[in-house]
Formats: sequence, structure tokens, C-alpha cells
Amino acid sequence: MRTTRSAALLLGAALIVAACGGPGGGTASAPQSSASGDSVQAALDAGGSITVWAWEPTLEKVVTDFQAKYPKVKVNLVNAGTGNDQYTALQNAIKAGSGVPDVAQVEYYALPQFALAKSIADLTPFGADKLEGTFTPGPWGSVRSGGAVHGLPMDSGPMALFYNKEVFDKHQIEVPKTWEEYIEAARKLHEADPKAYITNDIGDAGFTTSMIWQAGGKPYQVDGTNVTVNFADAGTQKFTAAWQQLVSGKLVAPVGSWSEAWYKGLGDGTIATLVIGAWMPANLESGVKAGAGKWRVAPMPQWEAGGQATSENGGSSLAVPEASASKALAYAFMKYAAVDEGAQSRADNGAFPATTAQLNSPAFLDKKLPYFGGQQVNQVLAQSAGQVVSGWSYLPYQVYANSIFNDTVGKAYVGDATLQDGLKAWQDASVKYGQEQGFSVR
Amino acid sequence: MTATDVNVNKSSREYPVALKRSWAGWRFVAPFMAVFALVFLAPIAYSIYLSLFRTQLIGGTTFVGAGNYVKALSDPRFWAAFGNVAIFLVVQVPIMLFLALLVALVIDSGRLYGTSFFRISVFLPYAVPAVVATLMWGFMYGTRFGLIGNLNERLGLSLPDPLSADLMLASIGNIVTWEFVGYNMLILYSALRVVNPSLYEAAQIDGAGQLRVIWAIKLPALRGALLIATIFSIIGSFQLFNEPSILRVLAPNVITTYFTPNLYAYSLSFSGQQYDYSATVAIVMGVITMIIAYVVQLRGMRKGA
Repeated sequence: MRTTRSAALLLGAALIVAACGGPGGGTASAPQSSASGDSVQAALDAGGSITVWAWEPTLEKVVTDFQAKYPKVKVNLVNAGTGNDQYTALQNAIKAGSGVPDVAQVEYYALPQFALAKSIADLTPFGADKLEGTFTPGPWGSVRSGGAVHGLPMDSGPMALFYNKEVFDKHQIEVPKTWEEYIEAARKLHEADPKAYITNDIGDAGFTTSMIWQAGGKPYQVDGTNVTVNFADAGTQKFTAAWQQLVSGKLVAPVGSWSEAWYKGLGDGTIATLVIGAWMPANLESGVKAGAGKWRVAPMPQWEAGGQATSENGGSSLAVPEASASKALAYAFMKYAAVDEGAQSRADNGAFPATTAQLNSPAFLDKKLPYFGGQQVNQVLAQSAGQVVSGWSYLPYQVYANSIFNDTVGKAYVGDATLQDGLKAWQDASVKYGQEQGFSVR
Repeated sequence: MTATDVNVNKSSREYPVALKRSWAGWRFVAPFMAVFALVFLAPIAYSIYLSLFRTQLIGGTTFVGAGNYVKALSDPRFWAAFGNVAIFLVVQVPIMLFLALLVALVIDSGRLYGTSFFRISVFLPYAVPAVVATLMWGFMYGTRFGLIGNLNERLGLSLPDPLSADLMLASIGNIVTWEFVGYNMLILYSALRVVNPSLYEAAQIDGAGQLRVIWAIKLPALRGALLIATIFSIIGSFQLFNEPSILRVLAPNVITTYFTPNLYAYSLSFSGQQYDYSATVAIVMGVITMIIAYVVQLRGMRKGA
């Protein structure tokens, strides 16, 4: 009973190790110490083999193109899980000291945790610090700490309201512009069709923190190893007061995101909206074929009528683990994927770029997406990118904090506790863990 | 233990020459001892070693002696996890063993048509990997798209949600019972097969009915096998992991990261990076399991004497 799971994990790890040790041998003879882009170019000339852990779908084409351009380099693209699953595998590989990839996809919220543990390399020796201005300020700020650059931004997730127009038309409901209207729409919709819900939610740490972010809450204050956690501020309360009405009124579908039932609901109209990051279009197109032509994108609902505040939800960077033996070559690939030809190819294939060149290009902005009935979706998303509320920060151990979100805030979804109670419990647990880890947390 | 000691003493006294050759025996068991040390003793020793330290994101690794043990014994999450498996043990194990006993007796009674068919079909769930079994039951438990959902819709019922906080332990118990009745039945059934048939003949001549035969012959013969099955089940309950960890995907708000001790140890080490504390929790739970299994064994043997 007990051993199967851990055996599966070990087997998985073994397979990954085997994959890394395939023909061509993982380690390239790349000069590590010499500074600047010379070493990167030298690594490309020398060739070799690197392993990349990522789940982002548009990277597959980037890898093919990269290998075509640099035939001496072999890139093994491995999907080691999405989000937390991959971080777990990565942390274990780093701890074990073997099977560590050369490049790993790491979401912005998880980056500080890896940087703090010194598991990922500073990229300034390769010239990453000179890329300021290449990326939009939000994502660039997320990969920097102190003088170091811990990753190259790959995409970003300014939030927007994705909605199923067919459902709204059928029940003659206005697309909400404020959260007040959103709650009203939730009631109307569920009354008109008891099987339909405005959205799904069973407690999602990423969504909740993004919502608090938009409402102006700043629950996490981080200054080096001094950390403050406070979910009692005005912004947080604004969010909980509104969202509690949806949860208590059973107006949100009790379906987990990315589950089978979720995709089904997005396709058949029983989940009518998603407030989610700008990377969603590619996922809708590939995962919810039944929704083609029905979905549209509108600006994120506001807390005050006429407001223009948004927040980020997800978004990833590419980082180089400190244990990688081919850092220069790894960086060469990352730069190709995040800055050079790869950035364009990924934007063309539905990723939401973090590079200003792509974001400002008319070809990107004016593209009409057939899945969204020909709507110029990127216009809405790019506008949201410019309205992100500033001053937000995540915990330096957000990966762990998110993993216990459902232990605490989850109680508000299945019992009598309120969201505010749940967030207080989450705060206490996060403070306790931070103190155990040697932070000074209040 | 004592019996073997006596034998060794006796034989060495009678054959003093054997002493000189005593290394030959070690050489025979050396391959086993090497593997045993490598895969059993070494991990335990390493866990104990780990449990004496504390590694922090800020500040690195420090020696804390028994600090982690003190923390574990006063950790409400650990005791909540322990409480769950204790309830599980007290409720699920008797039900499962009673069912297994019933099936074993029925199959052994010789009055059943197609015995081997029943034997194999009761045993079959044990051959289904626990992960697959749990996924399967998880689909059936679903109130939206699962079997429960379909029943509710077709028959207009409103069955309670098996994945709700109140019913979760019972739902897991149901899965585990389904998986392990056949396994325990086989242990009991094989014990029944070795009963000397002349006892049944004698009973028949004495005019004993089936129930009397069960009570006076079969149950006493099953005592040892039942004890073994009980101890296996106790260990299994305390190590509950697969079922809750898979159902967690369906009900993350009900199954916490500390729902069972193993799940807690798993979360501590893989999400929390607290390998040291995780090792401590694992060791404490291992010791508790050993104590309880040992007590049960002692009691079982005393009754048997």
C-alpha cells in the first residue's frame, strides 16, 4: 500500500536520470568561468547536450528550431510535471545531486525559493543583466533580486476575464465590468440554469493571491530575511467579502482547475468564465476544442467602476540549476528561447510574451484568433499587462505555502469556516514555517 | 529466541569442533547479510542520523539532538494524522477480517458450487494495483460525473457525497476492504486446508453440526492465521498512503497534507524540504507500529498457549 507511490517516484527519477545520460553524454566541455557572451558563443560552437525541464507547450517547436540552427547541440526536452510537481522533482534532484536538468521552467512565484537556497545560478556572468529593457518591467522585476538575475522571463500572465459568450447571450446577462456585477451575474446565471456556474473554485492559492493583488492587498512584505505575513489588510478584506458571497451561495462550481471535469465544463458552458492569466488562450485552444468560437476575452472586473487595476497570475521564467555542468550552453538555449528567434516563434504559437518587442509589434497585437471568434485578444491582454498593480511580492518560500493552502483556506470551501478565517490559518502556518526555516517572520 | 539459544548452547557443548568451523555459517549468510545491511539497516541508520539535525533555508544545518522528537510528540498535525489511522484501524480492520473469515469458511465448507471461481474472484481485487483501484473508486464516488452522480440524476436521489469530510475515512475504508478481503481470505483459507480431515470425521461421528465444527475445530485452527492477518492489517493501516494521496486530487480540501502519518512525512520532505523532521515522523510512527504489533502478538500468543 505504502511503497507503490514512492517506488513510482524512484522509477520516474531513474528514467529521468537515464534520459539525461543518453547518447551524447550530458556534460559538454563548455568554458564556465570566463565572463560575458564569449563563453556562450564558445559553448555553442563546441556543441554538446543539455536537458530542459519544462511543461510549456510552445517550447517544443523552439527546441526543434534551435537544433536545426545549431546542429552540434542536442536538447532533451523533458516534461517533469506541471508547477509544484516539477518543483518537487527538481528539489529532489538537486538534493540528490544527480539527474539535475541544465534548464528548468520556474514560475515567478517559485523563483525566490530556489534563488534563496542557491539552487539556481546567477546569470549575470553570461550577460543577462544587459537584457533590461528587453522585457516588460513586471516579469523583469520578478527574476531580479539584489544585483543578480536568476532567470530569463519566458511569458507573463496579466489577468483578464475569459467568458463564454454563448452562455451570456443565451441568458441575456451583461458581461460584468466590476466584481459587484460579477456576483450579480453569478446569481442570475445559476438561477437561470442550476447546472451552470459563473466559474469554478475549490480553493486555489495562485488565484487567491492574484485576486488579493488586484484588490490592492499586500499580505507579504519581504526585506531580505525579514518577512511579514498579514492577511488582515484592506485589500485582502475587499476580496474575501466579495468572494465569500460566491462560496457561501454555492455559486462557484466545486471543480478543480485542470481536472477532467473542468475541461468538460469549459466546453459545455457549465463553467461560464475564468479570471486567469494571459497565457490561457493556447490552453483553451488545445484543451477545450468544444469551446471554439464561443469564448471571448474582456478586461478583468474592477473593484471600482472605471478602475484600471490588474494583477499577474502565473507566468514562468527559464532558470539554470547551479548543479548544471553546461551552464553556458544552457544559457545559450534560454536566450534563444526567451529573447531571440524563440520568443517570436512562441508568440506566434499562442504564448503571451514577456518581451517588449513582441508585445508592441502590430502583428502580435492585431492578430485575430479564430478560436475567439476573430477577436483581437492580444489587445485586451496587452492592455492588462500595462495595468498591473505595483508593489506585490511573494514569500521566499511560496512553493511550500501554496502546498498547504488547501489544508487551511480549503476549509472555507467544505465547512463553516470563512475565507478570512482560512487565510488567518494560512498566515499562521506560513509564519510558523518561515520561523522554522530561520526567517524573521511576523 | 530462547529456544534457539538453548539449541546452540547444547550443540556447541556436544560438538566442540563445530566452534572452529563457525565462520562457515557466516559465509553462507554473508550475501543475505550484505543485502540486508544495505537495503534495511543502512536506510534506518541514515534516517536516525538525519533525524538528529535541522536544516533551514536560512542558517543551514545544525545538530539538534532529540529536538525533532520533542517537536513531533507535541505536533498537533502528527497526532491528527495518527488519530485518523487509529480510527481506521479500529473500525476497518475488524470489518475486513470478519468478511475474510466469512468467505474463507464458506469456501472451505465444501457446500459451495464453483469454489475455485469464488476463490479467485474474491482474491482478484488484490491483484489490481492500489493506484488503479483508488482511481476506479474515485470515479465511482464522484457526485458530478461519477457513479454517485449518475445514480442521483437517474433515480432522483440525493446520496451523500462519499468524498465529503464526514465520509472520507469510511470511503477509504471501503476501498481498502475491497482490496484486501481476498488477500486475508487466502491466508485464512490456507490455514483451514491443513486441518486434519479426520477431525471432521470424528466430529461427524459425534454428531456435531457445521456451526459446532466451525466453533470447535476451525476457529481454533485459525487462531495463528488470524493473528498474522491482524498484524499485517495493523501495519497496513498505519502505513495508509496510496488511497488518500490519490483521492486528494479529487478532494484537496478534505484530505489535508497531514491526513495520515505517511502522507504527512511525504509532504514534509517533498513539499516542505524538511527531510530531517520527516525522518523523525517516520521513525516515531515506525516505533509506534512496532509496539502495537508486538502487543497484539503477545496477547495473541498468550491466548493460544
